[in-house]
Amino acid sequence: MKRWVGPLIAVFAVACLGVFAPVQAQTPAAIKPAVVFSTGGKFDKSFNEGVSQGAEKFKKDTGIAVAEFEPSNETQFEQALRRFAQRGQDPIIAVGFAQAVALEKVAKEFPNIHFTIIDSVVNLPNVQSVVFREQEGSFLVGVLAALASKTGKIGFVGGMDIPLVRRFQCGFEQGIKYANPNAELITNMTGTTPAAWNDPGRGAELARGQIDRGVDVVYAAAGSTGLGILQATKDRGKLGIGVDSNQNHLHPGNMLTSMLKRVDVATYESFKAAMDHQWKGGTQVLGLKEGGVDWALDKDNEKLVTPEMKAKVEAAKADIISGKIVVHDYMSNNSCNR
Amino acid sequence: MSLVAPKSARRPLPGWVEIVILPLVNVALAFLVVGVIVHIIGVDSFQALKLLLVGALGSSEAIGYTLYYATNFIFTGLAVAIAFHAGLFNIGGEGQAYIGGLGCGLAVLAFDRYLPGPLLILLAVLAAAAFGAAWAAVPAWMQAWRGSHIVITTIMFNFVASALMVYLLSNVLRPQGSMSPQSRGFSEAASLPSMQAVLKSVGIAVAPSALNLAFALALLSAVAVWVFLWRTSWGYALRTMGHNAEAATYAGTNLRRMTMLAMCLSGALAAGVAVNELLGVHHRIVLDFPAGYGFAGIAVALMGRSHPFGIVLAALLFGALQQGGTELSFEIPAMTREMVVVIQGLVILFCGALAHLPRPWLQALVGRRS
Amino acid sequence: MQSLTAGAAAIELRDIDKSFGAVHAVRGVSLAVARGSITGLVGENGAGKSTLMSILYGLYRADAGQILIEGQAVDMASPRDAIAHGIGMVHQHFMLVDTFTVLENLVLGAEGGPLLARGMAAARAELMRLGREYGLSVDPDARVADLSVGEQQRVEILKVLFRGARMLILDEPSAVLTPQETDRLFEILRALRERGVTVVLITHKLREVMAVADRVVVMRQGEVVAERRTVDTNTDELAELMVGRKVRLDLDKGPPLQGESMLTARGLSLVDRRGVRLLDSIDLDLRAGEIVGIAGVSGNGQTELLQVLAGIRAPTAGRLEVCGRAVDPDHPIDPAEMRELGLAHVPEDRLRQGLVAAFEASETSILGYQDQPPYCRNHLLDAPAVGRHCAELMRRFDVRPQAPGLRSSHFSGGNQQKLILAREMSRLPKVLLVGQPTRGVDIGAIEFIHRELVKSRDAGCAILIVSVELEEILSLADRVLVMSGGRIVGEVSADQADERTLGRMMADA
Repeated sequence: MKRWVGPLIAVFAVACLGVFAPVQAQTPAAIKPAVVFSTGGKFDKSFNEGVSQGAEKFKKDTGIAVAEFEPSNETQFEQALRRFAQRGQDPIIAVGFAQAVALEKVAKEFPNIHFTIIDSVVNLPNVQSVVFREQEGSFLVGVLAALASKTGKIGFVGGMDIPLVRRFQCGFEQGIKYANPNAELITNMTGTTPAAWNDPGRGAELARGQIDRGVDVVYAAAGSTGLGILQATKDRGKLGIGVDSNQNHLHPGNMLTSMLKRVDVATYESFKAAMDHQWKGGTQVLGLKEGGVDWALDKDNEKLVTPEMKAKVEAAKADIISGKIVVHDYMSNNSCNR
Repeated sequence: MSLVAPKSARRPLPGWVEIVILPLVNVALAFLVVGVIVHIIGVDSFQALKLLLVGALGSSEAIGYTLYYATNFIFTGLAVAIAFHAGLFNIGGEGQAYIGGLGCGLAVLAFDRYLPGPLLILLAVLAAAAFGAAWAAVPAWMQAWRGSHIVITTIMFNFVASALMVYLLSNVLRPQGSMSPQSRGFSEAASLPSMQAVLKSVGIAVAPSALNLAFALALLSAVAVWVFLWRTSWGYALRTMGHNAEAATYAGTNLRRMTMLAMCLSGALAAGVAVNELLGVHHRIVLDFPAGYGFAGIAVALMGRSHPFGIVLAALLFGALQQGGTELSFEIPAMTREMVVVIQGLVILFCGALAHLPRPWLQALVGRRS
Repeated sequence: MQSLTAGAAAIELRDIDKSFGAVHAVRGVSLAVARGSITGLVGENGAGKSTLMSILYGLYRADAGQILIEGQAVDMASPRDAIAHGIGMVHQHFMLVDTFTVLENLVLGAEGGPLLARGMAAARAELMRLGREYGLSVDPDARVADLSVGEQQRVEILKVLFRGARMLILDEPSAVLTPQETDRLFEILRALRERGVTVVLITHKLREVMAVADRVVVMRQGEVVAERRTVDTNTDELAELMVGRKVRLDLDKGPPLQGESMLTARGLSLVDRRGVRLLDSIDLDLRAGEIVGIAGVSGNGQTELLQVLAGIRAPTAGRLEVCGRAVDPDHPIDPAEMRELGLAHVPEDRLRQGLVAAFEASETSILGYQDQPPYCRNHLLDAPAVGRHCAELMRRFDVRPQAPGLRSSHFSGGNQQKLILAREMSRLPKVLLVGQPTRGVDIGAIEFIHRELVKSRDAGCAILIVSVELEEILSLADRVLVMSGGRIVGEVSADQADERTLGRMMADA
């Protein structure tokens, strides 16, 4: 439960930001929340599943039903969003950057409905855009990777080669260099198409290739493809780093850590804020400071993380939060050099 | 290709039974089986059927979406049918629509800053048709001159088209810094007017939907295909080739050229999907927009007996199923998208492949009465 | 099954009646066929003979009437029942799997268990026995595709016998055979008769019936109009009974007015892709106002000659001149251009080339001329004009039924042929190529077609006729060329030609 507190406060704070009117003490509203998943489907073991978990938790905590729709192809986004809006569902969460175009259109048609989009920015008063500073979390796991690596060679396997994944890679690289300037990073992308998110076989192959070149820690930032990457890493007795949700339980003892991206929290908070009349449009950028990203430490990896490593990572975390370390965002200039 | 000329060993039924009663019985049978399955997964069958029907036809928005889906089915159904009539089995509608989208999109991306709307749209439609035709022309050429079977080559070309489009969208057409593998948005001028806007201008208010003028283009195409097949000497020669290639040779038709013509027309019709999806709805080139319409076109053509009028009717049924099915999964959580596909598949099975199942009973029934 | 009462007919039909919609196809037919006899069932197309036999074989159910096999009333619900009662049918179009061997075809549907080897061994022994007994020798391991048409037919007969048939129905068995193969078939039928097999032969070739049958049953318009012992009748009487009026099978025609040469071939050769020489240095002259007949055993290059002359295939060597247009391997021509030059072509195989079975008759009536006015302007077809054209053709050539909207496949063979002839002759061609003018056509229609051809000749048309029916060539042609092995091996003028001389030339090569 403690894990929830930080983000809770953070999102609450963000939501409150710019509220000039006095906060009214109101009773919780009866809301009709809805989620439109991305085409990966609800059970993708990654991103959509995180949203689904947040929605489930909200259901459990409040007893409010959450309507859901899994589009079978991208052309259904617009129809699904509009359909929910017409039925009076509010707020409506659109999962994934691919829905940005559709959401922009539908949000204009329904200015009184509240929308939340995850992983993209839509600049409309009734849209809440939630994006994450994945580079910050990736920086931390990079620090850990550099400290854990004995060979000084570290691997990164990304999913689809898009700026978002480059952002993970770039943050990771900065973390590695921060902890060990001599460490070497070997990067592979699974592909250039959405299929790259769902190709465990190819992921495993890439990981094995990196291990053959001396890599002993592999960061899998590739959706379902990551399952193959982490399996291959474990089979060769090397360390893996998970992504999005806490994947440490997948291979206890071989998972160095996971880079957490709290879409579940974002989902939960968005619904909660709407219920409490605190919902606010605009863009939320969730980083370490806001608890939107983090690194995972639990019983499955506590033996791998020495107190010194932990201290160093926590120090870096504090420095990032305080602004002492600025992690460069690949997407700010489409380059890993600032 | 018995798809064009059903073997007439069956005894004919009266026309009205053939055209009206038989399809209705087929649909009813399909829904009966669907009802049982739906019941098994614990959903009220009648409730589901009601939702399906209301979802497809219950409001102007529902009808809009039904017709929007039907637009795609009309295009691909016509594409498959025109090739059927030439004795060619074009399974490449998917790829032809996709590459048609490339042509359509490139035309808009190149000229949307300079040309006025109507001209731009005309150009984009022609470019879509040209690219779709060109993509069909390669397998056609390979069949006509090299004897590579068109079923195989068109299937392979679907994969080639998909790979090519993914490459282009991911690496060439994607704007700097954009995450989605899609092109930049088209300018406003390149939008095909939505049906809502068109009807509003004549004073009819309907709810917004994805339905756009491409639907009118689809209906126009259906009429054009009919005229072409049955009222021109080219269509005559094309059908002759499809029914009896030797007779076509005897009649002086150049089979190679006719194969090219038939496939190019087929590809151009498939590209209509691109017009509907890209100019009408997405206003950019997006990944995977053909979404199986090319393959569904085979079922549509089959069910529509390869006749444009029948294809329009079949496409309406398919569109209604698609829309009603989507609505169903909105309303009943137990009806997952996979379940909806099962329902659609059953209806297609009964109306297409098993279309003649009830024939003997109907014959007995009609025979007894007369 | 062996409990046949003495004197009972092998097959007896009583008051069989059958209608298809408005068409009363069989009207109260009663018929008895004696055991161990050959009975010819003759009649024009559409007389009901095929329908009657299909009822006997269980393909159709009679609306009324009774079937007795060896004196016992039976219910023929399907061909399976017919086979169980010892009835076998050999169809005009063979039901064989081309890529299978003879033996494999034989056991198809009668494999005798899931393990093929045992059934095959038994079948091989049975095949040998049947071959010895009836003189039906066929190599059991030959692929059906490699067999001649006559041999394939033998396989069909073997198949039926293999299933234990004691009664054999043959539907137009000689339609696909050469005269020699037909003779061979008749020997087999006689051998079958000697061993007690009952044979029913559906045909409209009267000479054949006279040659092989013991008895003839004549049908007309769904009814049996006469039964004769062959020794008591002759072809003229049978023809008259079939058609219902006097038929003149011999033609009265004047001498030809041989005009200028319309078609000239010099050294015309055709070699296919595998290097087989199909046509070998053909020299040919066809003059306005004459009919030239090409005789020969089927498969000796006649088909290819017609294809080259009609522009369907390009010659690989030699030269052709049609109405002033020169054609050689470097200057090929297509059938459409040939038509424009004034050449018309009635193809040998009307179902495969001359018409489209699924098209309406009116559509078939413009095949090859679909680009021509008045049916078509600016590539737009004028449907009413096409319909009028077809109705006119049907009226002039007495095509029945006179229904331009009816599917081409629903016309009988003779009427299809008349429609094709009408189409080709109505354009008043300068050159007319006709392949097998009367194959599968009724006697009444043959008479008509022959007269029309002569009329055309007298109007100045240059006509080339290819036929495997020597009789037909002899009665029509002014000059006869004999083809063998892709070459023209001889020429005889009509007044000097007879079947014996021609037959000798045909066999010579």
